[in-house]
Formats: sequence, structure tokens, C-alpha cells
Amino acid sequence: MSATTVDLVDYDDAIRRYDPVLGIEVHVELGTRTKMFCAAEVEFGGEPNTQTTPVSLGLPGALPVVNATAVEYAIRIGLALNCSIAESCRFARKNYFYPDVPKNFQTSQYDEPIAFDGYLDVELDDGTIFRVEIERAHMEEDAGKNTHVGGSTGRIHGAEYSLVDYNRAGIPLVEIVTRPIEGAGERAPEVARAYVQTLRDIFRALDVSEARMERGNVRADVNLSLRPTPESPLGTRTETKNVNSFRSIERAVRYEVSRQAAVLDAGEKVIQETRHWHEDTSITTSGRVKSDAEDYRYFPEPDLVPVAPSREWVEQIRAALPEMPAARRRRLQEAWGYADAEMRDVVNAGALDLIEATVAAGTSAAAARKWWMGELARRAKADEVELDALPITPAGVVELQSLVDSGRINDKIARQVLEAMLAGEGTAEEIVTAKGLEVVSDDGPLLAAIDDVLAAQPDIVEKIKGGNMGPIGAIIGGVMKATRGQADAGRVRELIMERIG
Amino acid sequence: MDLTRLSAAALSEKLTAGEVTSVEVTQAHLDRIDAVEGAVHAFLHVSDDVALATAADVDARRAAGQSLHPLAGVPIAVKDVVVTEGMPTTAGSKILEGWVPPYDATLVERLKAAGLPILGKTNMDEFAMGSSTEHSAYGNTHNPWDLERIPGGSGGGSAAAVAAFEAPLAIGTDTGGSIRQPGAVTGTVGVKPTYGSVSRYGLIAMASSLDQAGPVTRTVLDSALLHELIGGHDARDSTSIDEPLPALVDAARQGALGDLTGVRVGVVTELSGDGYQAGVSARFAESLELLEKAGATLVEVSCPNFRYALGAYYLIMPSEASSNLAKFDGMRFGLRVEPTDGPVTAERVMSATRGAGFGDEVKRRIILGTYALSAGYYDAYYGSAQKVRTLIQRDFDAAFTQADVLVSPTAPTTAFKLGEKLDDPLAMYLNDIATIPANLAGVPGISVPNGLSDDGLPVGFQILAPAKADDRLYRVGAALEAALENVWGAPLLAQAPELEIAR
Repeated sequence: MSATTVDLVDYDDAIRRYDPVLGIEVHVELGTRTKMFCAAEVEFGGEPNTQTTPVSLGLPGALPVVNATAVEYAIRIGLALNCSIAESCRFARKNYFYPDVPKNFQTSQYDEPIAFDGYLDVELDDGTIFRVEIERAHMEEDAGKNTHVGGSTGRIHGAEYSLVDYNRAGIPLVEIVTRPIEGAGERAPEVARAYVQTLRDIFRALDVSEARMERGNVRADVNLSLRPTPESPLGTRTETKNVNSFRSIERAVRYEVSRQAAVLDAGEKVIQETRHWHEDTSITTSGRVKSDAEDYRYFPEPDLVPVAPSREWVEQIRAALPEMPAARRRRLQEAWGYADAEMRDVVNAGALDLIEATVAAGTSAAAARKWWMGELARRAKADEVELDALPITPAGVVELQSLVDSGRINDKIARQVLEAMLAGEGTAEEIVTAKGLEVVSDDGPLLAAIDDVLAAQPDIVEKIKGGNMGPIGAIIGGVMKATRGQADAGRVRELIMERIG
Repeated sequence: MDLTRLSAAALSEKLTAGEVTSVEVTQAHLDRIDAVEGAVHAFLHVSDDVALATAADVDARRAAGQSLHPLAGVPIAVKDVVVTEGMPTTAGSKILEGWVPPYDATLVERLKAAGLPILGKTNMDEFAMGSSTEHSAYGNTHNPWDLERIPGGSGGGSAAAVAAFEAPLAIGTDTGGSIRQPGAVTGTVGVKPTYGSVSRYGLIAMASSLDQAGPVTRTVLDSALLHELIGGHDARDSTSIDEPLPALVDAARQGALGDLTGVRVGVVTELSGDGYQAGVSARFAESLELLEKAGATLVEVSCPNFRYALGAYYLIMPSEASSNLAKFDGMRFGLRVEPTDGPVTAERVMSATRGAGFGDEVKRRIILGTYALSAGYYDAYYGSAQKVRTLIQRDFDAAFTQADVLVSPTAPTTAFKLGEKLDDPLAMYLNDIATIPANLAGVPGISVPNGLSDDGLPVGFQILAPAKADDRLYRVGAALEAALENVWGAPLLAQAPELEIAR
């Protein structure tokens, strides 16, 4: 890589003078049992080249057959994105030579996508709804995976040799292409991130993919161009690939805005090209130039007949669609009585499923939020893990809260129990028993403790008897201290009043 | 009794009756191969051991009283474009030299399941591109009628093997005439079934929308028997027809009775006249008379768009081939050539491998197809060709309202001399002028030997039927065959010169 420094314009400055236009292509790997065009079973993490057939290896004579489940999943996605579903559509061959493409063409849909003309309403962090127009969603097959061995960076440049794993070759993909996303302005990075995040949630709700970004189940290519004003014609775009986390999407857009603004400020032209996002350095670098001369020689795939989903089938799929994440959030918020801001925090913290499960198991919505957004959120943040990665389940939280609700422990002790649960010391019940943390509800020991404290503080007793209730807190504090916090403070107060008369 | 002279149907009877064993039949053909291959060179690979093992197994099962397929024990040769597990498959190309497929084509699975010993793999033009088998990377196949002449192509090996009595049955593939034209010039029967009638799974593709495997035999009945065995739906080929085959063997037996009363035979105006050798035209006219005598009604039909068929074919076929042949790149199987100087990158290995592994005709078609699919040319070339294809299909539809079958000479000339047209691709392409329309429309066709031209070489009679009406080919074909043999007193191949036996 050359050592030239890249000029960047401050983001806020850039966005004051340029209007960004986004275009996002999202690939999602479908979670079908077998591949797009053959019966090779798909499982994450298999030994290289064990999940193949003559078809997915592109052996001479092999022929593709369309996976009906993949078509159903693609239709589900299309319907969830408010698209029209084609009555008949064909696959095409995208011809290019590359070792990870076994046939040296990718079987994909070209001018006849299965789903087209839709939209997705994306909720931004402050609750604003931003509508993204969907141009199309089409089916295609994934390529194999190259590993470059010998170079210092794992890149092809400088590598001694390369290995190809065809396990991934032929895994069904759906590619979702937006129309130009205009009007996002300074919120372009957030819109891009929220759009992909919303899609991810939809894929999971539809049960069409595990949709794990870190495994590459969902991959986003972000196109960005700048223009002086929203009325100007579209500028030249770049396509940033390899953006594999939500955070990166936001940062990559910011970076490209700053970089392109600098190019334009210098009176130069943005080069239409593919750029690669580098997670480590948070920059994009130039990939191959995407000239119009690039020619994939598309033509209809003659080995496949058109896919013609019957209207009855499409309507069956539509009727069986699960609730979409946005509708579910609205429904849950209403049921739980959370304020807008509270609900947003819950969603952003990734606590929605956890709280739903906790509430479903019998805990109040308020209590569930108190735990997940309180102690547990703090703990997750401190440990730098996702909430659902903490070593506690909704059932564990329910058990803990039920101990509080039944008065066997108080809130303060509960926090202590939670710590122990997270440390793997057992269930809430086991911990309370093992550590003797149960609230002391037997009046005997309490009275003894109260008598000790009262005896030590005769002047306070006099004041209380004289009608001055102020100092009673000191007595209660003394008792709580003597019982190591396990006493029920309300009961202690009652007993003190009885004793003093 | 020379077992190699018998038809598959006759062998089937003798095997069923226990008069001969499959090992005897198979060994007789292996001996014949041994004797004449030096002169004919129909095979690229002879699988003696495998064939004899299958034969022995069939004999044992027959002895044990198992019910077997009628063709069980009848040996067969398979064109080398069809993949065979554990048996070398080259498609006539250097780029696949030494490649042993890890799987069987569906039709091979069916042959094996029915117990047909596979004698070996037959020679062909490289990737089935040619009309003379001269484009094989492994040498010429010689026409048993005249060893100086071509056996037709691309399936010259299968046709010559059957004509030279090296095999009673063979598998061919037909993209523009590669079964029918070799049949015509070697005096054998060849059938291109309806597109989708026989699974393409395991056929090394040239042009996916045109390719179709089919029988190569010496009699019409044998073709029907083989077609019924290899045909029928296959879930691994999306273009396979999901319907039962028509009753082909019954149709052949009915036709052999010689009565074609009520059958309307359409003579295609555009497939005769200029460019057709005099002897070819004369035999064609005589055959029409025989059909008429058998009760058929002759009608003249016009298919005006057939004149564009060759042009459309030479755009669609190379376009699909350019993409189908992209996988031969030295990365996963077959030949791998590393550049001798400069860096050894994947791209350069692909380039060196394809440069060294493909022959001139293959390169010519890849270049043609790549050009025709290029942005900016697609509509003018590939797009227009597909429109012509639709027009040709409409011509067929219209013609089949007037006639039950259409007929023409199979090829415009008899076999030409080896080397004669090798440097003139266009002259070579014109050989398929009468066979190509059927591939473009997906309709079935048969070539039946119908005599010798003035030069003493065989001529073929082509019968075409509507899609999925392959039974009509067999009925009319068998009727013509019976009428001709009645005139000749014996099958046409009885007139073929004896090959010098090399011992």
C-alpha cells in the first residue's frame, strides 16, 4: 500500500456543504438445510470441502436444481419488505473467472428478480421513521472462500499460494438492493446502520437466517456519493465492501463523506470504484476500479426453468408471516407501559427478547426492566459483552425477583445474590440458602438486637418518647448493622415503636 | 453365428431364452473391437474388465431366476461426453485428459441398473463441436464404409462403433445433429429425443438449451428399446419433462407392420433442392414413394424461417458453450498448465491451461459466444437469435397442423473425405442444415438409413415429430425401415465392405 496521506474534511463541515446519497446492497445467507442448487448440506464450521456435490464443485456434467425452501425464504423477505412478488422470474449467469466461483459464472437473478418495488420503514435512535425504498430482492448463490497463505496480511498480494474452500459455494443468498437513499443528510451514517440493523432483525423474525454479522451471514456493501445540494444531479459513487458490523457501517459512511468531500474540495473527481473497509484502522482503501467496461455477459440460465410461484402459494406465505419487529416493539411497549425513551433504551441495549422472556415467565415488566437495564446492563458494559452473553437467563432473573416479591430477600440483598449468580455460584435459591441471606423475619433476634441498640442510646429513646421521631433512623440503622442488613427495615421500625411504646 | 451381427432386440431374445450368455455376447464384441479398432478407431477407452464383470453379474442374476430388464446383458458403447464413474471421460479434449469422474450421468445409472455392460467410451469432436469427429484431440475415427472418409460428427465414434459391429447399441448426444448426421453417413439409426425426454445430468454440456442424449443403433426397434430405458423424468435435470414417455417400443413394433394409413407426412420445402447431392435427393424421393405405398399421405409444408436456423444456431450454441466451458480452468480437475515464465497466478494458470487444453474449433466457438454475449452486442446477436428460435418453433407448430411428421434428407451429402472440410468451418457447419431446426425447437428427430448414393455411400432419411410425440418417429421410421429392407432383402449394412481384420 502506498504511504500517501488521505485528506479528510471534518464530518460536520463536509455535511454542511454536501448532500450525501446512499445506496445499500445487503446479502443475507439463507439458513436452508441444503444449498441453492444442490443437496449439499450446509453447516457452519465444517472441514473445508466436505459440504460439496458435483454441482457445487462445478464438475463437468452437473446441473443445478432450485431449492424450493430458498425460494420460499426469498418470498418471505420480499413480502416483509413490502415488495411485489414476480409471477415468473428467471435465473441468469453472471460470467467471470475467479477460482472461488466453481463454474466461473455465478447463477444469479439479473433482470428478473423474485421481489421488487418495496420499502422498509426504519426507526432511528430518536424514534424518527425513515423510509428506505427497496428496488429489488433477488436470489443468487454464494462463492467459495479463498485463503491466501504466506503473505503477511492474509491478502492475495504477496501470498505464496491460495486455498479454496467450496463449502460456502452455492449457499443461497438473497441480495436486497435499495433505490438511492436521499434526504438522510447528516444522519446518513445512522440511517445506513439502522437500515441494516432493521433488516437483520427482520431476517431473524422471519426465521430465514441466523443473520449473524460476525459470521458473514449478513454482508453490507455501502454505496455513497456526494452532491452540492439535494437538487443537484447524483455525484459519482464509491462502493465500500467488507463492512461487517453495525458500528463499522456508521463509521465507513462517515469516513467516505469526509474523504469524498476532501476530493471534491480539491477540485478533483471521485473515482467510481470498489473500496475496502478496514476494521483495524477505520479507513477505506481503493479496491478495483469499477468501470463501465466491466462486462459479466449476463444471459438467462438455460439449465433452469423459470421460477413461477403461484399466487396461492405467495398468499399462504404472506398469511404465515410472523409479526414484524417494529410492530412487535409497538405491541410490547403498550403492554409493558414503557415510555418511548425507556423502550428505545431497551431495544438499543438488545434487551427486548430478554425482557419479553422474563415477563412471560411471570415477572412484572417494571421489575424485568429494572434488572436488565440496571445491574445487568452495567455488568455487560463493564465486561464488554452483549446482554444475552451474560451468564444469566430470564428464568434466573424471574427466580431472583420472586424471592424479592415474596419478601424473603430485599432489594439490596438481591443485588448481592445477583453478583453471586453471575459468578456461577448457583441459583438464587441456592445462594440465599448457602449464604444465609434470607431476610430475618423472626422477631426474637430482632428484638434482642433492638434492645441492645436502645440500651446503648438512652438519650435517643427519650427524644422519641417526647414525640421527636427524627432520630429513629439511627436506631434502625444500628439494628440493620447488627443483623448485617438482613432485617426487614419496616418490621424493625414497628418493633422499635412497640418497645418504646 | 456371429453375435456381433445381431440387433439388440435379437440378442435380448437369445439372452432371455438362455441360448447365449452376456459374457459370450460381451466377449464377442470385445473381440470385434480388438479386430477392427486399428482401422476404425471408434473408441477412446475400452473397458473390458468392467464390461465383463457386468456381463458375469447379469448372467448370474439370470441364472438365479431374477427378473431382468429386456436389454440386460446387451453391451453398449457410450459417447465420451457422458460422465461415467471410475471410467475416464474426456469429451474428446486434451483439457480433460486423465480425468476420472466421481459420479455417473443419470442415463449411465439407468444403463448400469438395467445391467448393460459398458464396452467403453467413444470418440467425438472435442466437446461435441464438429460434424466429422476430426476435431477430437485423440485422432480421427474412420467411416466403416470407406476408411478414408469421416464418420460424421460429433458422435462419429458411436455411429462408427455400431456400423462396424463393435457394439449393438451406443449413446450419442445431439446439439445440432450430432446423433442424426453420423447415423446418416454411416448407415445407422440415430434418434434425437424431444428436449427434456432424456436427462442431461452428467452430459458435459455444450449448449444447455440444445443438447439432448439419444440412441445410436442399427435398427429402429433397438433405438426405441434404448430410448425407453434412458428416458423419462429425472429430478436432477430441471429441464427434464415430468411426464411418462410415450409407448416407443410399441410404436416401433406397430410401424414395422408396414401400415401408415392416415398418417400425414409433411415434406419440408426448405430442406431439399439446392445443396443436396443428387443421390441424396433420389433416395429421398424413393423413400417418399415407399411411405405413400404404406398408406401415408404426403403433403408439402413450408417452414420459411428455417433459412435463418443455421445463423441463429451459431449464435445461441457458442454463447451457451462459452459459458459452459468456462469451468475448464485447471483449478479443480483435468489439465493444469502453469506458465513457464512470469508469475504463477490463478488467472495466468487458467489462461495457460485453456490455451493449451482447447483445440481450435473450441476456441473459435468460445470466442464467437463471448463476443455475442458482450454488452452492446447481446440484443443484436443473442437476443435476435432467440427471436429467430421462436419463429422456427412457430413454423413447426404451423407445419404440424398440416402433417403428423415432417421429413427431409438428414444430411445434404454423403460422408466427405477426411481433411476435406477441416479448413472451411462454414462448409462443415452446412452439414447440419437439416438437423439444426429440431434442436432449436426442441422437437424429436430420427435418421433412418435409406440407401446408398451414387458414390456407394449411405444416405439418411430424417423424420421429425412434435415435442413429446417421439412415438411417431418410431412408427414411421420402423415402417420405412421395413419397406426398404423388403426392397433390399437385407439391412443396408449388409452391403458395407468387410473390414480387414487385424489379428
